[in-house]
Amino acid sequence: MAINPIKPLYFRRPSALVRLVVVGIVSIALMTADHKGRHLEFLRGVLATIVYPLQYAVDLPIQVGTWMAETVTSRSELMQQNYRLRRENLRIHSRLEKFAELEAENRRLRSLLDSSIKVGDKVLIAELLSVDMDPFARRIVLNKGTRDGVFSGQSLIDSNGVMGQVVQAGPFSSNALLITDPSHALPVQVHRSGYRAVAVGVGPQNLLELLHIPNNADLRVGDLLVTSGLGGRFPSGYPVGHIISVERDRGRPFASVKVEPTARLERNREVLLVWPAQGGETLEGMNPGTIIK
Amino acid sequence: MNQQAHRSNWVIVMSFVIALMLMALPMPDWAGIWRPAWVALVLIYWCMALPARVGIMVAFTLGIFLDVLSGTLLGQNALALSVVAFITLQFYQRVRVLPLWQQGITVFGLAFIHQVLLLWINGIQGMPVSFSDYWASPLISMVLWPWIFVVLRDMRRKYQVA
Repeated sequence: MAINPIKPLYFRRPSALVRLVVVGIVSIALMTADHKGRHLEFLRGVLATIVYPLQYAVDLPIQVGTWMAETVTSRSELMQQNYRLRRENLRIHSRLEKFAELEAENRRLRSLLDSSIKVGDKVLIAELLSVDMDPFARRIVLNKGTRDGVFSGQSLIDSNGVMGQVVQAGPFSSNALLITDPSHALPVQVHRSGYRAVAVGVGPQNLLELLHIPNNADLRVGDLLVTSGLGGRFPSGYPVGHIISVERDRGRPFASVKVEPTARLERNREVLLVWPAQGGETLEGMNPGTIIK
Repeated sequence: MNQQAHRSNWVIVMSFVIALMLMALPMPDWAGIWRPAWVALVLIYWCMALPARVGIMVAFTLGIFLDVLSGTLLGQNALALSVVAFITLQFYQRVRVLPLWQQGITVFGLAFIHQVLLLWINGIQGMPVSFSDYWASPLISMVLWPWIFVVLRDMRRKYQVA
């Protein structure tokens, strides 16, 4: 058979189609495995390490900008800031002393009631990398990974409240899901009445919604919601948000309740990763100085 | 020859790395859906210019990296980019001789298919999708295409990537 120079041209098409089908099946298999469970943790970790330099490079100009801004601040500005921080520190310190006393009292009372209490969560300060992710999900990247002890499912807070949880932990960085992501649900409790509910994210807006709330539930605008700790993921008692609207429609089975998160989800650069306390016996947590690692 | 092939590989890889970085570049919240599909655009260019070297396998690999970078399901962008590469390979000969604005319209079609695939997979996972999500990114991609084309073509000529 003579070799026809045109032949390869005709060969390319079926092979491209075959390749597309193979690649398509592989991607669908990967997506299913990724969606159904945590079978791909290891692969994700390896790939995350490879793309970390990219994320770091994207974040670098912003870091340099911050550093420059800090370097060129004037002396008087720094002194002012220092003064303000000193006063704030004093105020917070005095409150903390009171809290330590209350905590001890609480512990005593609980031991009288024979119930355990978890206090003294260990925390670690992490920084957000300024990189954008899928615009349709609410996710962030942190600069701490499994090397620092971060694990998948760890909760993330800032100084005002709960921010979200880690969903993928790589060696150097980790991805976290914010509580406003539509696929995130958070067990909460009304601080005033103890009423329990589940808060889910709405997505684009910086809001949460309470699910399946009967029309006669004891909820008011302005109520503070705190984590109930029921899911086992989040430590209990951290503030989540304030109720900003309660719409009760008799025609519908459930009321529509909107919640504004207290954490500054869009603005914070420094966040705290929380390790839940091991149990009631970790008394070292009592000393405020040892809380922050 | 070998050295030249090595150098030209390097140019292709660098263009993809820059596209990936542009995908991760922080933008204000409202601008998120208006981000052009940088990686898809660069991929379309190389598929049209060098169909024998950049094809479905490159698209798949690139997609996996993009998935990890943007935190989507592993395979989501890989599938969408592979489909884009496949369609481009089917009619690159006809498209690459068109004037730039007509190429832009073709690119709009490709970017739209890419976006629809991504949003369908999001929809299967239960994420809400709004009307403008479908159109915003392909439109910007179309508008930017002539510039991307010229920049990448000049780069290709300068480094003699063939």
